[in-house]
Amino acid sequence: MNNGVSQKKDFTAAMRQFVFDNKVFFIFIPLSILCILISGANVSYIVGEVASRFGRNTCLVLALIIPCMAGLGMNFGIVVGAIAAQISIFWVVHWGFTGITGMLLCVLMSTPMAIFFGWLLGKLFNKTKGAEMIAGLVLGFFAGGLYRLFTLYILGGVIPFDDPNLLPRGFGLRNAYDLTGNLKYSVDDISFLTTAVVLGLAAIVALLCSALYDKKKGKAVNGKALTMQLVLSALVTGFGLIGKSVPALNQLYGQKRLILADAVVLAAAALLAYALWIFAGKRPAKGSKEMVTVIRFAVAGVVLFASNMVPAINKLYRSVRVPAMTYALIALFALFNNWIVNTRLGQNMRTVGQNRAVATSAGIDVNKTRIIATCISTVLAAWGQLIFLQNLGTFNTVQQQDNVGLYAVAALLVGGASVQKANNKQAITGVLLFHTLFVVAPLAATQLVGDSAISEYIRMFFSYGVIAVSLSMHAWKSSGGKRDTGADGLTASMLATQSPAASDSPLSE
Amino acid sequence: MSNEKVKKALDVIGVPRLIVFLFFIGIVITAAVNGIDVPSFFSSTLKYWGMWGILVLAMIPSIKCGIGPNFGVSLGIVCGLFGTLLSMELGIVPKIDASMPGLGPWVGFFFAILVSVAVAWLVGVAYGKMLNTVKGSEMTVTTYIGYSIIFLMCIFWFRAPFSSGEIVWPLSGVGVRNSVAMENSFGYLLNDFLGFSIGPVYIPTGIILFVLLVCLFVSLYFRSKTGIAITAAGSNPTFARASGIDVDKMRVKGIAFSTILGAIGIIVYTQGFGYLQAYAAPLNMGFICVASVLIGGATTTKATISHVIIGTFLYQGLVIFTPPVSNHLLAGTDISDTMRQIIQNGVILYALAQAKGGSD
Repeated sequence: MNNGVSQKKDFTAAMRQFVFDNKVFFIFIPLSILCILISGANVSYIVGEVASRFGRNTCLVLALIIPCMAGLGMNFGIVVGAIAAQISIFWVVHWGFTGITGMLLCVLMSTPMAIFFGWLLGKLFNKTKGAEMIAGLVLGFFAGGLYRLFTLYILGGVIPFDDPNLLPRGFGLRNAYDLTGNLKYSVDDISFLTTAVVLGLAAIVALLCSALYDKKKGKAVNGKALTMQLVLSALVTGFGLIGKSVPALNQLYGQKRLILADAVVLAAAALLAYALWIFAGKRPAKGSKEMVTVIRFAVAGVVLFASNMVPAINKLYRSVRVPAMTYALIALFALFNNWIVNTRLGQNMRTVGQNRAVATSAGIDVNKTRIIATCISTVLAAWGQLIFLQNLGTFNTVQQQDNVGLYAVAALLVGGASVQKANNKQAITGVLLFHTLFVVAPLAATQLVGDSAISEYIRMFFSYGVIAVSLSMHAWKSSGGKRDTGADGLTASMLATQSPAASDSPLSE
Repeated sequence: MSNEKVKKALDVIGVPRLIVFLFFIGIVITAAVNGIDVPSFFSSTLKYWGMWGILVLAMIPSIKCGIGPNFGVSLGIVCGLFGTLLSMELGIVPKIDASMPGLGPWVGFFFAILVSVAVAWLVGVAYGKMLNTVKGSEMTVTTYIGYSIIFLMCIFWFRAPFSSGEIVWPLSGVGVRNSVAMENSFGYLLNDFLGFSIGPVYIPTGIILFVLLVCLFVSLYFRSKTGIAITAAGSNPTFARASGIDVDKMRVKGIAFSTILGAIGIIVYTQGFGYLQAYAAPLNMGFICVASVLIGGATTTKATISHVIIGTFLYQGLVIFTPPVSNHLLAGTDISDTMRQIIQNGVILYALAQAKGGSD
């Protein structure tokens, strides 16, 4: 009898696990489709809106991946990164820099600030092990208060800052600030060709630097691979340069925004080229892992091409424009996250995230690793906020940062991430789904209720509800399931001595 | 030697508590020196102390039962709002007043309490059972549940099938309007009951008495057998289990009690405010309650009723005394909300950092 009960328990646990692991497909995708159907909105409107929101928000979401890997859970503290970005914008705007120069200056200014804030945040997280998420959340509010004190009273009041445009009363920033004419679209408006030139050159420099570094360290450099990569980067650069001088190409790819249809063709070509590259370079055996990758990429490329051939879809693609540089930066953020996993630092972070006791006994400085992870996240968040603001074009000077953490975390969780595990794919799926819902849910509600005033409540309920459900499902799983996974680094509350679930764990002395 | 003593004393009092206390004293002295009407602000501090008292008191059972400060007190708050609205919708106050003049508001008030306690008990038990499945991350989960319930209820309030002219939106005839005036129900009932003035200071006797009564009840409850079992389950679950206490059940009782107190608390708050504000108005009340009890000297694992009484007074005193002082000193600027945000969240952060202070 006992056996029967435990079997039943196992079965329900397995079911629960299955639903939880695939919650994206069980809950959010059907929900999105349902909302789209109810709202009856124009599909090209939805796609355009989601494409622009994707460019705006994804970098902020990608900033959450590294702390998650280091066992810090969802980093609600990215708010401090956003604050660093906003402070840098005040000065850059004040000094009168515009366009991409201003943007680069913002990056230059906000990075050290973000590193400093991240260091403080990491210190706090080390003091509140096991309660990082609530600590990050409260810290966000606390930092918001200090930021308000700074922008409303200290700036101009204590620090001399003479700018009637920003401070109409002599002190205290104005409530909303319009970035039109200085920073608005400074990244978005970089054309595809310029992006290709910049990225190609950057890749060449990076490749040479890393090769030199390896040589200095005495590591073997794979000459053939390096040459191939260099040639590829040079090709990209060359394409950009040639494109700029050929009017036809310039007309197609030199515009401020790339038409989605062209982007799709390029992406399909890139996918096919990549598949061919692997196939030709490695000659994978039938059924091997690489062969599967090749087939996957080839199929994806063909499907993209084919979709562009369908008139209805082509029309849709033609109606949407995407910012090339912003999307390239998103790809770079994602590549950075992938790259860091394979470095020694990344491996240390993973060990720390899995089990702090094991990490300590392996000689890893747990606290330092956690601080570094937080710093990286904060810097990425600062850059993400810069990208966000240059696209939005106007910002609420005092409160803009308030919901940064909320929306980023909610998007990541919608993508199927959990508090312990998150990756780029989940971040990207999450942003697409979350913002689709964000766009269509209010429309659907308006259709159902007949009043648009309700939409803000629905959005907020949805964001908070997603986090509440995900966190409780996660905690549920980790307190009901195995106890020796080191999950307590995340889930053990500060009440470790009080809570029986946590006090059984070896980690929460 | 003396250095150690100072450090020990600081540990006992707590740095943020000391700062907040000194800050409060400083503000009051500055106010007095600058000729600001201290007695009248002192009166409002008393009034707000009464209005917030029970809401802050709701932290006691949840801390005692081992869940920690209940950031999700909003669950109780929406129950209380529902009870109040139901009492208004049914028109209990005018109906009773017609036959027994003067008794109406009291019946309406206690009817609201009765209804919301019943609802809050049901909600609280379900909430407690849910929190038993997320042991270890209660604070994060309660925070987000608290937030999402507020917005879920926003959707409900917007289209709730009320019909009383006092409640509904003037145009659509349904839902709950942004702020519902309570003149014709039991607004200011406790504030005015037996109130008297000592010179310029108005003492809202009714509300003070009510809060003290509820405090007494809570304190007696925690001396009863169940109360002691709850405290035991919270302070040492392993030991409690060994002595035959059902820890999970005690946690459910504790959080249900906290939710009930939240419901009563918002009714007392609403009658003192004179207007019922549904929608997002109670969004941050959970944080304010947590900060108040922490300022009063509680930690995330230990709290007493005196912490509630002192903490609420200090917090409300700060909120009420800072605007006039900053207005006076900084020529027409109100820095108080910013100060409130910093102090409130700083105190919570300090408590969080203390609770696990650098442990590994």
